[in-house]
Amino acid sequence: MSPGVKLCSAGVVLLLCCVLSLAVGATWIPLPQIAAAFVHPDPLSINHVLVTTTRLSRTLMAIFVGASLAVAGALMQALTRNPLASPGLFGINAGATFFIILFSSIFSLSSPDAWLWSAFIGAGVAGCLVWLIGNMGQGSLSPLRIVLAGAAIAALFSAFSQALLVVNQDGLDTVLFWMAGSLTERSLSTAAPLLLCAVLGLAGALLLAGQLNVLNAGEEIATGLGQRTGLIRLLMSVLVICLAGSAVALAGSIGFIGLLVPHMVRKGLSIDHRWLLPGCALLGAIVLLLADTLSRVLILPQEVPVGVMTALFGAPFFILLARRGGRYG
Amino acid sequence: MDKVVTWRRGGYSRRVNLSTWLRLAAALVLTVLVMLGSLSLGKVILSPLEVIRILFSSQDASLTLIVEQLRFPRIVLAALVGAALSVSGLILQSIIRNPLASPDLLGITSGASAAAVLYLSFLSATLGQQFLPLAAMLGAALATLAIYLLAWKQGTSPLRLVLIGVGVSAMLTAATTFILVFSPLTTTLSAYVWLTGSVYGASWPEPLALASWLLGICPLLVLLARQVMVQQLDDNLAQGIGVRVQWLRAGLLLVSVALAGAAIAWGGAIAFVGLIAPHIAKRLVAPGFAGQAVMAALIGANLVMLADLVGRTLFLPLDLPAGIFVAVLGTPFFLYLLIKQRH
Repeated sequence: MSPGVKLCSAGVVLLLCCVLSLAVGATWIPLPQIAAAFVHPDPLSINHVLVTTTRLSRTLMAIFVGASLAVAGALMQALTRNPLASPGLFGINAGATFFIILFSSIFSLSSPDAWLWSAFIGAGVAGCLVWLIGNMGQGSLSPLRIVLAGAAIAALFSAFSQALLVVNQDGLDTVLFWMAGSLTERSLSTAAPLLLCAVLGLAGALLLAGQLNVLNAGEEIATGLGQRTGLIRLLMSVLVICLAGSAVALAGSIGFIGLLVPHMVRKGLSIDHRWLLPGCALLGAIVLLLADTLSRVLILPQEVPVGVMTALFGAPFFILLARRGGRYG
Repeated sequence: MDKVVTWRRGGYSRRVNLSTWLRLAAALVLTVLVMLGSLSLGKVILSPLEVIRILFSSQDASLTLIVEQLRFPRIVLAALVGAALSVSGLILQSIIRNPLASPDLLGITSGASAAAVLYLSFLSATLGQQFLPLAAMLGAALATLAIYLLAWKQGTSPLRLVLIGVGVSAMLTAATTFILVFSPLTTTLSAYVWLTGSVYGASWPEPLALASWLLGICPLLVLLARQVMVQQLDDNLAQGIGVRVQWLRAGLLLVSVALAGAAIAWGGAIAFVGLIAPHIAKRLVAPGFAGQAVMAALIGANLVMLADLVGRTLFLPLDLPAGIFVAVLGTPFFLYLLIKQRH
């Protein structure tokens, strides 16, 4: 199969998953009713309201968060030239978690909206810090240095969060659930600016794809071909912070997608970034959407944190793919 | 900057890197000082001279109890845990050929954590706490065995090993979170403290057990030490110079699991030591496994001892887990080294 056909079929699968995600939940909503809810909504029908409010916002959120995380992961792996890099390595998850815990203990925040913004600020602060340290003392960003600086900053922030959590044990349960990753209780209106940020980030990443291929050929070759490698690296870092920051702010730490989906796409589709990045966006969205749908119904009436679900169901596939070898195993 | 002296005696000759030896000696002195400082600080503050007097001749029963039974075993346990994790991390970084490799990333820690959390939630009520180290160690061993078997396909490659390690680790972490979220709050809290890593309430049998285990591994480590650097080469190249790559990799993996598994079993899942101590060591001494391993062990021991010291003294009467402060203490120094280095 050519990559184009694979990409199209992934798109079809994503559409099917969307429908599934709208239909499945604590109450099953039949397909005609879903269609009716969009065509002529009836404000008195509970099913219609369910579809157009909670289910729709969850579905959209899952698509954008999954796509952002996977694309951010692919960018991160290209930026650091390290197959083990993930968006979390920019300190983004750790920074977001720390700022949520910090702000909730200082200002006693309790609304998800306030959490959302503190998480985004935290992700941004941590990401900028890592980038600055990665750039310090030397002209250009060295992959090894940014990886090590990122790991160190991430560990520092999660140590701070742990300290705050151990000292102040109230709210440990809610924050634990948030850290595990969840798509509930996020309304579309508050999430809209972050969703916009994710969309812009995705578009930017796709535009940059060709340049990534050049950069991957190596620093000297890229410079020789006339690429401004410093600028490209800066753009990549900004995109990673935008994409992963908004994803983490929307859904908490969902660690699996950013690290492993790019590898899955590289094995299954192509290592050319012009195919890889759209593939990552689609597969990331599919994985998160399926995991979220499953997490709603697995142990009714409770919900499994979606981050747990992605890892539990995605990892076996990933292990199979990693075993299959191929050009880069 | 490195001054190398060649030392000959009859047929035996050896190149000795003076600055490495000097720095190792300095780290050793530092370790002793940190140990002495830890022994003297706490709720009851003693002077280092007093501590030495108490250690060698016990007159005051209560002070002897504090120093010899409460503080000393805990400090020794912290040092051993730190040293074992760091050496394990150093070995993993060279066999995986990736600076990000560490027991945490590779599924060793997450296997131990999953087993420990399972034990705390379901078995500790009937069996008590004494089998927790055994459960954690078993978890680490099983997780690594699973990773190795899954990565085996006419031999293992570093990339496959680490990718499958990350996959298995993601699953195990998810399982751990799952259990934590749905278990009662008391279990969650005790599991959370364990996951952070704490040497709280250690008594002599624990460090002695860990020390004898580590001593048991040492001969294997010495035997393999000369080969570790070869693992950093490409597989074909290593094979070309006559190394049995697969056997060596399996052996080194076994050693690093034995080291890290035991450390985690007795000290809890102290993160970050296994990643950062090897990097600090690599920036302080000349390349060569033996020197780096000793340096990493000393750095790791100091890090965990200091972290535990901060955890138990700075927030009195609270006694916070050592795992929290490892990153707080280690990161600034590491970042300083990272920024200072130019090449």
